[in-house]
Amino acid sequence: MIKPVSSPFDVRYTAQLARLNLTEEEIAKFQSQLSQVLDYVEKLRLVDVTGVEPTAHTNPVFNVFREDRERDWFDAKEALANAPRQANGLFIVTKVVE
Amino acid sequence: MEITSLSLSEVREELRAGHLSPLEVLRALEERIARVDPLIHGYLARDFETAAGQAKTADVSLPLGGVPIAIKDVINVVGEPCTCASKILRGYRSPYDATVIKKLRAMGAIPYGRTNMDEFAMGSSTENSSVSPTYNPWDTSRIPGGSSGGSAAVVAADEAFAALGSDTGGSIRQPAALCGCVGLKPSYGRVSRFGLVAFASSLDQIGPLTKTVRDSALLLNCIAGVDPLDSTSLDEPAPDYAAGLGGEIKGVRLGMPREYFVGGIDPRVDATVRAAIRHYESLGAEIVDVSLPHTEHAVGVYYIIATAEASANLARFDGVRYGYRASQPANLLEHYGRTREEGFGAEVKRRIILGTYVLSSGYYDAYYLRAQKVRTLVRGDFTSAFEKVDAIICPTSPEPAFKIGERSDDPLRMYLADIFTIAANLAGICGISIPCGFAQADGKSLPIGLQLLGKPFDEARLLKIAHAYEQSTGWRRQKPAI
Repeated sequence: MIKPVSSPFDVRYTAQLARLNLTEEEIAKFQSQLSQVLDYVEKLRLVDVTGVEPTAHTNPVFNVFREDRERDWFDAKEALANAPRQANGLFIVTKVVE
Repeated sequence: MEITSLSLSEVREELRAGHLSPLEVLRALEERIARVDPLIHGYLARDFETAAGQAKTADVSLPLGGVPIAIKDVINVVGEPCTCASKILRGYRSPYDATVIKKLRAMGAIPYGRTNMDEFAMGSSTENSSVSPTYNPWDTSRIPGGSSGGSAAVVAADEAFAALGSDTGGSIRQPAALCGCVGLKPSYGRVSRFGLVAFASSLDQIGPLTKTVRDSALLLNCIAGVDPLDSTSLDEPAPDYAAGLGGEIKGVRLGMPREYFVGGIDPRVDATVRAAIRHYESLGAEIVDVSLPHTEHAVGVYYIIATAEASANLARFDGVRYGYRASQPANLLEHYGRTREEGFGAEVKRRIILGTYVLSSGYYDAYYLRAQKVRTLVRGDFTSAFEKVDAIICPTSPEPAFKIGERSDDPLRMYLADIFTIAANLAGICGISIPCGFAQADGKSLPIGLQLLGKPFDEARLLKIAHAYEQSTGWRRQKPAI
């Protein structure tokens, strides 16, 4: 995808990335509201982060493994119970190939 | 004495002594809810028949035997709705129990009622619920706080003995403060999140909203611990939090962060919290000046990290496996785009857009990575402060409950309501809000919360310090006139 050069923060383009349709009113409103929020977070640029490691989460754990073995979980019927569309034990999806 | 005005520990004693039966308790509670909740809108759903079935067979010898507990609509309870107050999950029924629910059941508790919240826990007022706002029991023209506003309001209005909520940036502590109850955010990793609908995975924790500090300890006893189904839960010892309550706190060192006592705080909150701090001094606590120099950056860091994680977590709402699906899409892109447009509310959309932007190619380093680095500095502030003090003392919220509708169109101002609570989530530490007084407005009393922050996995000490204040003051006995 090509990034627009006109504006650094473009709600319309970002909404496409998020697979989220927006109305023209929402686009205009979010553009102004979120620009304010982005202006506010600009001050993070003033912080000296030279040599600072990023924090992804706060716990001193990295890889957590458990034994890979079969256990009781949903059967197909339970897994499908909340599906918006289903048939023959399968999720029905919107057509992806012509 | 009315059954519903009892605390969790009191009703548990009545049940254990055989003075009340679990079914009597449940019936009294349901009567109270039916009478009061039309004014509060704290509950989204209740299933009396199922709960009554459990009440009939409850084992009252268990630690929470026969006690109904209200559950925020973001935690899965098998067979019940779990909508996160969102249209996109309307009609959804949980196929499983969250780990915290399994643990509550093992202790004899009965999950009863789904409490209202800001959609997907995004908000500080519960106005972002797709169903209805929740109204503050102390003044129903005001917000109860959020996002666990339903849980806080039903506890404050005696419509629940206790409730579970979730806290990503203050969503347990801030509504507890604004409704005059006790709200505990445990340390990151203390409580399993398996079965909690994820908002921001590096910040979310489940915790109790209760009438008393002892009740908070009792619930934490039940839900704390490592869980193989949540790889972020830690195998740290969990002491008996209730047994640790009581006794003197003489010599305990409480840090007053100078950056938290500057302009921008409502003068009534400032005066009330300072009075609470003097009260601690009279109990023998030593008040120490501490500095958290990166405080001014916490809100910015939070709204980058939380929205980034939310945009990834909410990608699962694609209209395929569960939840709402737009009708008759022309193609797959329209299927996703319209399903999410029609299913999500305004604040959720706003945060998905912001989160997607700060993670997008070309901006990741400037926003997300930088925020993660500043997060390290925010954590470091607390590590340094905790070398000098046992806990930090400050307001929970810079102001009492505001009027419904007052801020709904000003997201930045709304985000700043979380200024004192979000650092705890960024740092992974524990925090509690307890009632410490009232502000008067329009002839109504509005609760004010005192926040105590503790080291990671130091909940036992935090609860003991909170309990000492509660027991030597009378705030907890005041109830809203609802």
